[in-house]
Amino acid sequence: METVVNGANTGWVLICAALVMLMTPGLAFFYGGMSRSKSVLNMLMMSFTALGIVSVLWVLYGYAIAFGSSRGGLFGWSSGLVGLDDLVRNVTVDSAENGVVNTFGLPDLAFSGFQVMFAIITVALISGAVADRMKFGAWVAFTAIWSTVVYFPVAHWVFAFGVAEEGGQGAGASGGLFAADSGGWIVNRLGALDFAGGTAVHINAGAAALALVLVLGKRKGFAKEPMRPHNLPFVMLGAGLLWFGWFGFNAGSALAANGLASLAFVNTQVATAAALLAWIGTERLRDGHATTLGAASGAVAGLVAITPAAGAVNPLGAIAIGLVAGAACCLAVTLKHRLGYDDALDVVGVHLVGGLVGTLMIGVVADGEFAAGYESVLGGGSFALLGKQALAAVAVMAYSFIVTYVIALAIKATIGLRISEEEEITGIDQTTHAESAYELGASMGGGGGGLASATSAPLPTSTRVSS
Amino acid sequence: MRLVTAVIKPFKLDDVKRALEQIGVQGMTVSEVQGFGRQRGHTEVYRGAEYTVSFVPKVRVEVLVDEADAARVVDAVVAAASSGSIGDGKVWTVPVDEVVRVRTGERGAEAL
Repeated sequence: METVVNGANTGWVLICAALVMLMTPGLAFFYGGMSRSKSVLNMLMMSFTALGIVSVLWVLYGYAIAFGSSRGGLFGWSSGLVGLDDLVRNVTVDSAENGVVNTFGLPDLAFSGFQVMFAIITVALISGAVADRMKFGAWVAFTAIWSTVVYFPVAHWVFAFGVAEEGGQGAGASGGLFAADSGGWIVNRLGALDFAGGTAVHINAGAAALALVLVLGKRKGFAKEPMRPHNLPFVMLGAGLLWFGWFGFNAGSALAANGLASLAFVNTQVATAAALLAWIGTERLRDGHATTLGAASGAVAGLVAITPAAGAVNPLGAIAIGLVAGAACCLAVTLKHRLGYDDALDVVGVHLVGGLVGTLMIGVVADGEFAAGYESVLGGGSFALLGKQALAAVAVMAYSFIVTYVIALAIKATIGLRISEEEEITGIDQTTHAESAYELGASMGGGGGGLASATSAPLPTSTRVSS
Repeated sequence: MRLVTAVIKPFKLDDVKRALEQIGVQGMTVSEVQGFGRQRGHTEVYRGAEYTVSFVPKVRVEVLVDEADAARVVDAVVAAASSGSIGDGKVWTVPVDEVVRVRTGERGAEAL
């Protein structure tokens, strides 16, 4: 155990934390471009309010629940972590003895600053499912309650390493890590591999999105009138920012500037690339067109799927995961039309399905030469890891779905989940936020030439369409 | 007096404007509209969901002209707006009873 702050590791993790922070605004644009022009501001707001609410809750008690002393592996609690108090005592002293420096020579405060960004984006991911129709107040309440009773405990299950128990992947005999004296049950007892949050972040958000839209109901006109993305360049921009930030998410999860971080970095790039190609290839075969939305969606599906696996597979395994994720998610996003649930921007199809693909495929393609416990079906000939991965995935999925369903019912019964039909048709931007994203048309003061040079001026995108 | 109305492809607007200026037309009103004729719409695919866009963007040009100039203006618009492919649009005229210039109060042909 290092006793002084390791500058390289600390610098790397702090930079990665900033990269992960940028993913949430990136996600806001990814979703915002896919939504309709009358509700793009609400879509951006849901991500930005997640940044606001979760950051504060994290400092108040979120870190204490996720990384406090483990209570049976189910959740943590250490009253000294309220307000991150224990972490800031003697923070200027480079010593392990004051409890602020962990195994990697990383101040726990840096780890906390890195992990809060995961908590923020996980709840923000859910917002894509509820586009156009969820009461803003209900979203605020949902963000606070869901983070508290779903994300913080599940993050403990998956991210809170501790003293290794039998079969677990704990930190070893040197003692506890990140203040959790014995860690979360998935990472420590079950020993499933989740490098950066395929279960805690993506399966969790995807299952929650499904439960929430089942209570919330469909958008007015779902499956009857077309709901086209209003700004595909925003979607591409958002996907690019997500891709960039994801290097922090995955490579940063090594918690050190080392070879493992490099492996995660390369795997992230190549799996994302493969998934992008698989998605546009699949839709080219199925629909006859390779689309920009497909390229952006494929990239995100690949990022999701490699998240749990980034430190457990070699680059060829990463390509395999990317190819399967790109094709599987491309097929899965059409399920909502067949099954009739309105997951507006495909949080289930991309994050739940992509998260499952990555989490399960670890059991198939993990490189058995990396470490004990990494023996997979193809890399070591063992089915044991696949079983652990499946159990972790199902546990997170079931807990998230059930608890989210109850939260949604409770909000529906108290303050209400949905805006009125009239507000929804008019547009939630105007009726809830008293703003419009765009000023369309010269007569509204938008001016600036407009029709005078119509050959180069864009026409409004409010083209009416019918299915 | 007559009102000449043309619904044309948006990218032909500059050509039509230039052609009308060349034959001495001094003003016009232009609006962005949507619709379809024999061209019908087109289909778009988003994440596997196929949408038929039945109304396509067009530009409507309106010009008030003297009775005697109407035929020449229509011919000029047709010549300038034509691309030879389906969806080029239509031009029609209707009689106009009265025109008043707001600034001066001039009426009829004086107001054109």
